[in-house]
Amino acid sequence: MERRIHKLGDHIDTDVILPGRYLSITDPAELGPHCLEGIDPAFAGRIRAGDLIVAGRNFGCGSSREHAPIALKACGIHAVIAESFARIFYRNAINIGLPVLVCPAFAAVAQDGATAAVDLGAGTVTCGGHVFRGESLPPTVMAIVAAGGLVPYARGRLAAAPA
Amino acid sequence: MGATMTEKIFARHTADGRARAGEIVELQPDVVLLNDVSGPVAAGPFAEMGATRVFDPDKVVLVADHFSPAKDVQSAELIRRLRSFGETYGIKSYYHTGNGGIEHAVLAETGRVYPGALVFGADSHTCTAGALNASGIGFGSTDLAAALALGSLWARVPDAIRVDLTGALPVYVSGKDVILEIIRRIGVDGALNAALEFGGPGLGALNVDERMAVANMAVEAGAETCVMEPDAAVEAYARAHGAHDFTATYPDAEAAYVAHIALDLSTLEPTIAAPPSPANGLPVSALLGTPVHQVYVGNCANGTLTDLRQVAAVLRGRQVAPNVRMFVVPATQAIYRDAMREGLLDVISQAGATISAPTCGACFGGHNGILAKGETAIATTNRNFRGRMGDPDSRVFLANAWVAAAAAVAGEIAHPGAFATPAQS
Repeated sequence: MERRIHKLGDHIDTDVILPGRYLSITDPAELGPHCLEGIDPAFAGRIRAGDLIVAGRNFGCGSSREHAPIALKACGIHAVIAESFARIFYRNAINIGLPVLVCPAFAAVAQDGATAAVDLGAGTVTCGGHVFRGESLPPTVMAIVAAGGLVPYARGRLAAAPA
Repeated sequence: MGATMTEKIFARHTADGRARAGEIVELQPDVVLLNDVSGPVAAGPFAEMGATRVFDPDKVVLVADHFSPAKDVQSAELIRRLRSFGETYGIKSYYHTGNGGIEHAVLAETGRVYPGALVFGADSHTCTAGALNASGIGFGSTDLAAALALGSLWARVPDAIRVDLTGALPVYVSGKDVILEIIRRIGVDGALNAALEFGGPGLGALNVDERMAVANMAVEAGAETCVMEPDAAVEAYARAHGAHDFTATYPDAEAAYVAHIALDLSTLEPTIAAPPSPANGLPVSALLGTPVHQVYVGNCANGTLTDLRQVAAVLRGRQVAPNVRMFVVPATQAIYRDAMREGLLDVISQAGATISAPTCGACFGGHNGILAKGETAIATTNRNFRGRMGDPDSRVFLANAWVAAAAAVAGEIAHPGAFATPAQS
């Protein structure tokens, strides 16, 4: 399936993804319309369900606010592909089930408004006849992704633990 | 092969006592910290995980600080949910307006941070703990929900970057300038996923408050954690705040580092990070005359007694410029009281600055001093991202407390040497 790309630059921080003035909101449906408002108030309005964000270095730097990936997911973003991610954002995205892929080769050539197909299981992006391979995940992280996020993963571990 | 401080602290918090850089390990923290923004978001996943109890209620600390005192009904509800979570699960360490302050300062003051400790916080600035030879790691809400449920979390043991400090701090130069200079050199992802480890003979030139200011912004270079070598001052601080059972942790001589940074403190000038990046450090002399509308002294590591003393030294006998509003936010109730006893609050309020309740407040654009479109602030906070303190078209310059207070008097960025002498500090 071809998905539309929204291209962003380096060091996109969580303050512009979800500004601090909205941190008293916790409902994902209310957070979604504010996503990336710090860069462009019209951004959320342009996103169609299933679109991709492709960014440069250090995407999601700054605050640990989980509201940032929650807003991106609620807004309809299918996955974020970047040259690199800030550590806490990367974990948060995986934990809540927002797919993230480190793929510097694709981040370097992706064009705003172009389309690409993503195979999250294989960790690849296909665009213009080229296949770009993203970084593979360590087994611990794969297990969380395979479970569908940290909530089902932790539920499984709790259920398996001796009482 | 030797071990870094981070490897040693991590290793003491794994089931098998092992942790080498690059490995994925399961860490068992000494303390888990949540606040009024991250805590309520963790409560949902915690219940969905099927958890019926917190792994160890005595190891959990809840701090209402971001929106406390509540700015509106919605934020009051967040604080109510945080308190209610604590009551439900038997968490006794709950701090709010009147007995607490900003979480990272509260943790240090309550003896929860000490040499060798491992701190998990649902806040990116949990790395502040590094000042006390602890490893603090920031996480999001769902991660800490799992930590509350399971008592552990996975982590990749970070590579370490060693920072060696030498020399003495010049006048009007503080911990803020040290970390702004490091971030200027390595960039906002210069320590991505790494540990920043500090040592060297210059470390002793920084008091514990100033070390906290440095450790606080390690995450602004992308670091997973920060650990500083301990000394007598750190051990005395830990004991004075009720921590007695701790493990002073030093790196082995053969510890492996991915990079080394050498910083001679005597070469530093008061530094200002221009918006919109903490890596935009410039000497104050490059920005003289920049008009400011607001001055904000506060945050998790720069609303300390040291900062308030510096502010008072500049403001004593002077007035905040008529077109400037100045907010001074002691980081905790204890600091507030110490500053009152020293007479600092009197000096500061007499000069025309406002002193507020301890809160994260405007540092993250929440409340208590939000900027309008087109306004400029100079702040002792840790982020100057676009729109960080308010309107997307407002600007924040980051600086130490001397420089911030000098700007308040001048109405524009000015060198603190024009308004204070070190003897006054």
